[in-house]
Amino acid sequence: MLNSWFSSDTVQEALQILQTEVPLAIWETVYVTVLATAFAILLGLPLGVLLVTGEKGGIRPLPKAVMHVLNVVINLLRSVPFLILMILVFPLTRLIVGTTVGTVASIVPLVIAAFPFVARLVESSLREMNPNVIEAAQSMGASPFQIITRVMIPESIPSLLSSATIAITTILGYSAMSGIIGGGGLGKIAINYGYYRYKDLVMIIAVVLLIILVQIFQAAGTRLAVKLDKRLKNKT
Amino acid sequence: MIEIQHLSKTFQTADGTVEALTDVSLSIQSGDIYGIIGMSGAGKSTLVRCINMLERPTEGAVLIDGQDIGSLSEKALRQVRRSVTMIFQGFNLLMQRTCLKNICFPLELAGIPKAKALARAKELLEIVGLPNKANAYPAQLSGGQQQRIAIARALATDPKVLLCDEATSALDPNTTHSILQLIREINRKLGITVIIITHQMSVVEEVCSRVAILDDGRVVEEGPVGTVFSSPRSDAARRLVFPEGEQSELPGTPGERRIRVVFNGALATGTPLIAQMAIEKNIAANILFASTRSIEEKVYGSMLLGIPGGVEKVQEATAYLQSMKDILVQEVTERA
Repeated sequence: MLNSWFSSDTVQEALQILQTEVPLAIWETVYVTVLATAFAILLGLPLGVLLVTGEKGGIRPLPKAVMHVLNVVINLLRSVPFLILMILVFPLTRLIVGTTVGTVASIVPLVIAAFPFVARLVESSLREMNPNVIEAAQSMGASPFQIITRVMIPESIPSLLSSATIAITTILGYSAMSGIIGGGGLGKIAINYGYYRYKDLVMIIAVVLLIILVQIFQAAGTRLAVKLDKRLKNKT
Repeated sequence: MIEIQHLSKTFQTADGTVEALTDVSLSIQSGDIYGIIGMSGAGKSTLVRCINMLERPTEGAVLIDGQDIGSLSEKALRQVRRSVTMIFQGFNLLMQRTCLKNICFPLELAGIPKAKALARAKELLEIVGLPNKANAYPAQLSGGQQQRIAIARALATDPKVLLCDEATSALDPNTTHSILQLIREINRKLGITVIIITHQMSVVEEVCSRVAILDDGRVVEEGPVGTVFSSPRSDAARRLVFPEGEQSELPGTPGERRIRVVFNGALATGTPLIAQMAIEKNIAANILFASTRSIEEKVYGSMLLGIPGGVEKVQEATAYLQSMKDILVQEVTERA
């Protein structure tokens, strides 16, 4: 098998694909991942905040029924396998993008799959906060909205950044899966050449590139989270 | 003036109803430093949170300068909280903001323009003695320094009342002393009414003029600090004054009078105080009870002495002991 991977023909071919298609694929993967993460945060952050502030004993309790619906919807969306979800949201994708195929179209199912996950991540990040600090803010006359925007979120920044890093790496993995329904990127290359045409070397290259991307995102996210955390001593 | 009228607070828990406060009534004069002391679980923290309505009382009212604050809307209440501020045992500073920005925080909430807020915050850093910590983060400060920043933050909105919830309980004795001095200075200079919640008798002794003793959600004793501590009437008060336990029937000779000697950080220079008094003043004091600790060469605690020989001898002994630094002496009259 190894012989067939590294015979001059396959290497030649792989190098050609590497030069012609891979640069675009990397770019597609990165922009789909970044855009999908951005939209997922846009939806997931407020939802995650609601999960914490709206519960009984929170800073702005919501009716029990509302909280119940929110939780059920989030759990439901999270329990659908991504592959199935992509197909299920076709009508919505068509409504928003106009088509269900292609790189841009793959952003819609990614966002739908990721925002409930992001909401849960945000929820757990905000729960780490010292409740006494929130009480202190209340004692100074802060409104619920001021507590959210000036206390809970800014104080949780390091933890939220770690959560965002988890989200972006997970979404990157999902985006590779969207190659199956015609989404672009490294996932498409891996599936088209590796799975459909048995060009294992190309598939391996695509997977290695995905791993490298995950490493880069993870390292950058962790570094930023540590850098911005003012709780760590001996730093100026 | 703060009037607490027939305040009760009950909590619903899984194990049923818990009565945290029962019919608490207190009047606190403007400009006072008022102590509320009690063991853990006595309801002190609940009581102080009822004063700014962080906890809504189940029954009763809190009047601040005649205004019933329990009847206010959330919005109006937020306004009141700018004039009744609070400091905490855990300081509760915003860890991701610099000290200066922490002090600006309540001003920001009140919608004060940024430049004005910054100028005020710098002024307050001077008042609490940390002008060079403006750009430091709370994690870089010691506990005492963090509490100073918290005090500055609490003063930012020019409050009328400062609530201190176990504000010195996480600090060592020396730092406690310096924070209490700062609170006293603020009370004198700015005329702010201070309410101190604590379980430490030494804190009340050092700065408070009046004290209420809270036990199991009830006020069991209230009055000027000297009176309450020199002749505790309730069991709860006695437990606080004699943490090590005092025999109810003290040994002693008849005709002896008793004085309590309180050591409030007196320098233990190695002088045998009682022996010295016997030699110099010819007063043979009988040590009935003593509970003292020395921390960094300073003595804290109290001692109960039996002084034979009538009123004059007691006065003489009192004058002698009081001439020492950081020693308070009170005659103990019969318990009611």
